[in-house]
Amino acid sequence: MEAILIDFFKIACVMGVVLFICAYIVLVERRVCAFIQDRLGPNRVGIPLWIRKDGSAITLGGKWALGQPLMDAFKSLLKEDYVPAHVNKLYFWLAPMLAMFPALVVFAVIPFGSQLGGVPMIVADVNVGILFVFAVASLGVYGIVLAGWSSNSKYPFLGGIRSSAQLISYEICLGLSVIPLFMQVESLKLTSVVAWQTNHLWLICYPWNWLPGLIYLASSFAETNRLPFDLPEAEQELAGGYNVEYGSMKFAMFFMAEYTNMIAASALMVTLFLGGWSLPFVPVTGGVVVGLAHICIFLAKLFALLFFFIWVRWTLPRFRYDQLMELGWKVFLPLALANVLIVAGVIMVGWVK
Amino acid sequence: MKLERPKLTLLERLYLPAIVSGLALTFSHIFRKKVTLRYPEEKPEIPPNYRGQPVLVKDEEGRVKCVACQLCEFVCPPRAITIKPMEYPENAKYGKVEKTPAEFDIDMLRCIYCGYCEEVCPEQAIFLRGPYSVTGLSRKAMVFNKEKLLELGGTLPDPIKKWQKK
Repeated sequence: MEAILIDFFKIACVMGVVLFICAYIVLVERRVCAFIQDRLGPNRVGIPLWIRKDGSAITLGGKWALGQPLMDAFKSLLKEDYVPAHVNKLYFWLAPMLAMFPALVVFAVIPFGSQLGGVPMIVADVNVGILFVFAVASLGVYGIVLAGWSSNSKYPFLGGIRSSAQLISYEICLGLSVIPLFMQVESLKLTSVVAWQTNHLWLICYPWNWLPGLIYLASSFAETNRLPFDLPEAEQELAGGYNVEYGSMKFAMFFMAEYTNMIAASALMVTLFLGGWSLPFVPVTGGVVVGLAHICIFLAKLFALLFFFIWVRWTLPRFRYDQLMELGWKVFLPLALANVLIVAGVIMVGWVK
Repeated sequence: MKLERPKLTLLERLYLPAIVSGLALTFSHIFRKKVTLRYPEEKPEIPPNYRGQPVLVKDEEGRVKCVACQLCEFVCPPRAITIKPMEYPENAKYGKVEKTPAEFDIDMLRCIYCGYCEEVCPEQAIFLRGPYSVTGLSRKAMVFNKEKLLELGGTLPDPIKKWQKK
């Protein structure tokens, strides 16, 4: 009974933290994009604390627009939830949920800390961790394809088509790029990946893991529909892509799904390549303080990667569709396959123990 | 004409150096001085020759330079200017000037910022100058009277001082 309660508490915490990061990463994105473009960005809305008698509000952090995510959420909720007459209602309603659900479920198997008071800081430590991640993450494409299909109009349809082609081709590169890691770790459990990295160096420190790291990074950009691979959305070409017909909270769900996917991809990258919650010179086992430190280390790495995602978005232009396919099938796929052989050779020679 | 495509080296075809230099450029922009302002609190510095809304100016002795000749009123294409002239008393300090505007209204809802008033003014009393934010809550508030125009205009020293020599 107690174990179930602890599990529920962990699930609630993970969900809460992920959605919180999701809300604020949107603000960070707007702010960083403004800075990169020499603008100031959102700098007005603070968190409302108290309303004075004259109607003005006492707010917190207005200069940093800390209340902006809150107000965006209110705006989305209060907008009219419009469903066009020409859509397939059932799938139209289902699509945003399907987009959001896999992104959140991925966090179930990600170790975000070592332990806290003897409780392992992972919701479900399944033996097939990485397989679970890929199985669930590839469901995410259904949300987008379904949105494009059910909208019953051309731009969303084209967006959906693009996304299905893109996600399926990059899924392969993503899967192949991490195979070498599990050959080295000899386990599919994500906790044992982190444990291996606490005993050895981080996986990215070995030169033969640089190429998979790069392929994984680029493929996860494609998987999360982020620029330079945001072809399903492509505002300039498709007027917004698969979510053209969506408004209010349903649109916000797609928006959140994109950012949740981004957080999931970053969390996975941190776990697989950047040592998870471990950091050299920080003890692996210890009391509550060490446990909290591990969670903070994980979050710090996560934020660094999220910043990188945002940074890249405002640097690179979008790929053309044929370039995208060429990069996926003709460059990344052979490289990832070759890398499996290279790492197999490295293991055979005995450079990794 | 046929253009030769430049032959890319392996390093260029890898894209990575270009991507890294692009990332470095955007990162450097994060710390640069921002070009936008928090507008109503921070206002941009308007250069002295900025051609904004028409205003009336005083000379360095605080005299209203306008002599109510009404040329601007006649030349104004949208008829935004209305002047009611008045005579100075005989023994007043600026009695020689004879005329001065009792009322000088510019309807800023009609003004088209053409600058004919400035061009036609023989006394250099009306100028298109700094004020750029022309707002009001009613049509009446958008009719700027003499006091408001003088306040917006401030003083503009004039080396000629025609009225002293009369």
